[in-house]
Amino acid sequence: MQKIFARNGFLTTWIVGVVLFFFTSTAAEAKKLNVVTATTDMAALTQEVGGDKVNVESIAKGYQDPHFVEAKPSFLLKLRQADLLVVVGLQLEIGWLPPLITQSGNPRIQVGAQGYLDASQFAEILDIPTGLVTRAMGDVHPLGNPHYWLDPDNGRRIAKGIAGKLAEMDPGDSAYFQERFQDFDKRLTAAEQKWDAEMKPYHGRKVVTYHNSLPNFAKHFGLNVVGYVEPRPGIPPTPSHTIELIGLMKRENCKVIMVEPYFDLKTPNSIASQTGAKVVVYLPSVGGEKQVTTYFQLFDYDIALLTKAFQETQ
Amino acid sequence: MLKRTLLSSIVLALVLPVCAQQASAQAASGDASALEQHIKDLEERVIALEGQVRMLKSAQATPAPPPAQPPGAQAATATPEAAQPQAAPPQAPTSAQIPSPGIATSAGQLPLYGGASAAAKALNPDISVIGDFIGAAGQAPTVPLSNLQPFPSLQMHESEVGFQAIIDPYARGDFFISFGEEGVNLEEGYITFTALPAGFVAKVGKMRSAFGKVNTMHNHVLPWVDRPFVTTNLVGGEDGIDDAGVSIERILPAPKGIFLEATGQVFRGDSADVFRATTRDDVSTVAHLRGYKDLTESTNLDLGLSYARGHSAPNFTFSPLVPGFFVSDVGPDSITQLYGVDATLRWKPLRRSVYHSFIARSELIWSQRQQLPREQRSFGFYTSADYQLGRRWFLGGRFDRSDRNRFDTLTDKGGSVVLTYWPSEFSQIRGQYRFTKYAENINANELLMQIIFSLGAHGAHPF
Repeated sequence: MQKIFARNGFLTTWIVGVVLFFFTSTAAEAKKLNVVTATTDMAALTQEVGGDKVNVESIAKGYQDPHFVEAKPSFLLKLRQADLLVVVGLQLEIGWLPPLITQSGNPRIQVGAQGYLDASQFAEILDIPTGLVTRAMGDVHPLGNPHYWLDPDNGRRIAKGIAGKLAEMDPGDSAYFQERFQDFDKRLTAAEQKWDAEMKPYHGRKVVTYHNSLPNFAKHFGLNVVGYVEPRPGIPPTPSHTIELIGLMKRENCKVIMVEPYFDLKTPNSIASQTGAKVVVYLPSVGGEKQVTTYFQLFDYDIALLTKAFQETQ
Repeated sequence: MLKRTLLSSIVLALVLPVCAQQASAQAASGDASALEQHIKDLEERVIALEGQVRMLKSAQATPAPPPAQPPGAQAATATPEAAQPQAAPPQAPTSAQIPSPGIATSAGQLPLYGGASAAAKALNPDISVIGDFIGAAGQAPTVPLSNLQPFPSLQMHESEVGFQAIIDPYARGDFFISFGEEGVNLEEGYITFTALPAGFVAKVGKMRSAFGKVNTMHNHVLPWVDRPFVTTNLVGGEDGIDDAGVSIERILPAPKGIFLEATGQVFRGDSADVFRATTRDDVSTVAHLRGYKDLTESTNLDLGLSYARGHSAPNFTFSPLVPGFFVSDVGPDSITQLYGVDATLRWKPLRRSVYHSFIARSELIWSQRQQLPREQRSFGFYTSADYQLGRRWFLGGRFDRSDRNRFDTLTDKGGSVVLTYWPSEFSQIRGQYRFTKYAENINANELLMQIIFSLGAHGAHPF
């Protein structure tokens, strides 16, 4: 009988232990906010300020064209669990995100609800069309260029905005999020000084980009974007435009062509061979390469590539 | 002593101006950095204000969010995931939190002439028009008993006008009105309730039913000029099962990252030549179960089971007994039941998603149609594959085989080769060679040409 009690006592202790572990781990898990972001850059910035108080997942991958993401049902599984959805906005995700939000059955992240955050409201937006906007201009974004995260100053502003939103949704951890933001700000300021110093010798250098993805990056680091491989945003290169671009690059002595990793290199390589330019496959987003997992590494990677290309094409 | 004093005086005389100059330089440098900081602060404020203005413009197009629910309300209705402590109910956010990707287009672009009218314009829905022009050439006989009717030589097949907007914090509305050359048809017009408890999504209005894959698709998203024979013969063709009713869907729990979704729909019971309601009780029902799994990052498999039931739509023929009179081939309680299985395999490498993709589709449909003198049990299927050759070019093929719903012994067969060119995201030019072998042993060889063009902000369709 004693054995049975002893065994039962052991069993009870074990069950209590398991239950306690389950509840404590569930409670710890429950403390975390589930954040889904449209892109990896928003995920990286959310992770910076959210720390271990958030679970962050991105829908698009860093090496994927964020204009053309398939609205796969598997994303609905993420979205239905989300407390907060962070989007780039400015119609970058208009082709795939709205039906996902509608189908998610999650009232928390519907447009206008507390868990919907458009990060573009915090950033400096460039290329806002002022005149008539038509599709003759290509797949133009009428509210401005949505590739705004490629300016460290915008990264700081977005992180601050996300920290504010996290604090609003989880007031108990408000101080934690603010502290994380202060730390991020400090590290970003130091990194920015380093990046600025590295890019300073190349201030004013002329570059061509495949898509108009770099206005904020170019403004911050003083690059001069003189042309695009695409004749219009979203329109594939045409022979006549390519010939014009080659002439322009020769006249302007432009020696660097910057291409996003999801575009074909055939036309940029052809242009480079005729102009003596160098093709640089830069990363527009965190996660574009396996080793680029943070917002800081994104700029480290791109600036290292660019400065090397500028040195080689002096 | 005098010497030391003199030396000190000289040193002082030399050092003092230098110190004064340094102090002055430091002060100037301090002023400059303070000024720089001040300018930077002002710049930050301008950027923040610009963002607020953008969001306010968007907010004009977005209704006010729902009021905060009482604490008990959420617990009463929440799903397990919604019951997490952080999952706060929607609260009144600041205007800066109310952007709308879809509506923002109009909000950002509409010329605002001031006053109440400006706000009213900002609330207009997204409006789009999609034109579908079809040309046909080749031998195309008209076969009397066949549902497959030849296209005319040149036809403005459809002009689909779409109106889409968020109605209020709980719902959005979608209207698609189809203008043909001779008439207007409400293709779809429904409200979607997006904020229901327990993860339910409901639609009320007229909509294409969730039977299979092709029945849910608008003409402009089909990868072919026509619809598969089985759709035309058994599921009502272009109009399909498209009726007024109520739809409710929910994602079901499933293991291993499988997406499982169930949909139940009840309609009035009038759908093309498939269902016909003569009394209020003659409603039709549709059920669909969808399973989806990402096999790899680039490849996924989508499987579906469908069922539809309704009162058989009659077909009238001349009475053999009473000359000049028509008789129906169905009785008042004749039922048609449809069973469907669909499978879609997609491949799209993420790094090159704008250049290459592959989609293989198949649908198998069984029809049991109660009619006089005996029930017709028909079966049909199609199998298709489409490969994206480059950024603008797509090549595809389709094989068709289908019995007719009213004559299960008559089977039509065919095949198509399709080449599509996309000048941009907003237009498509398509050519399709179609071979048809009718059950009556008549062959048809046709060349179909199609141009699809899109104006305005047409919202994305579900995957």
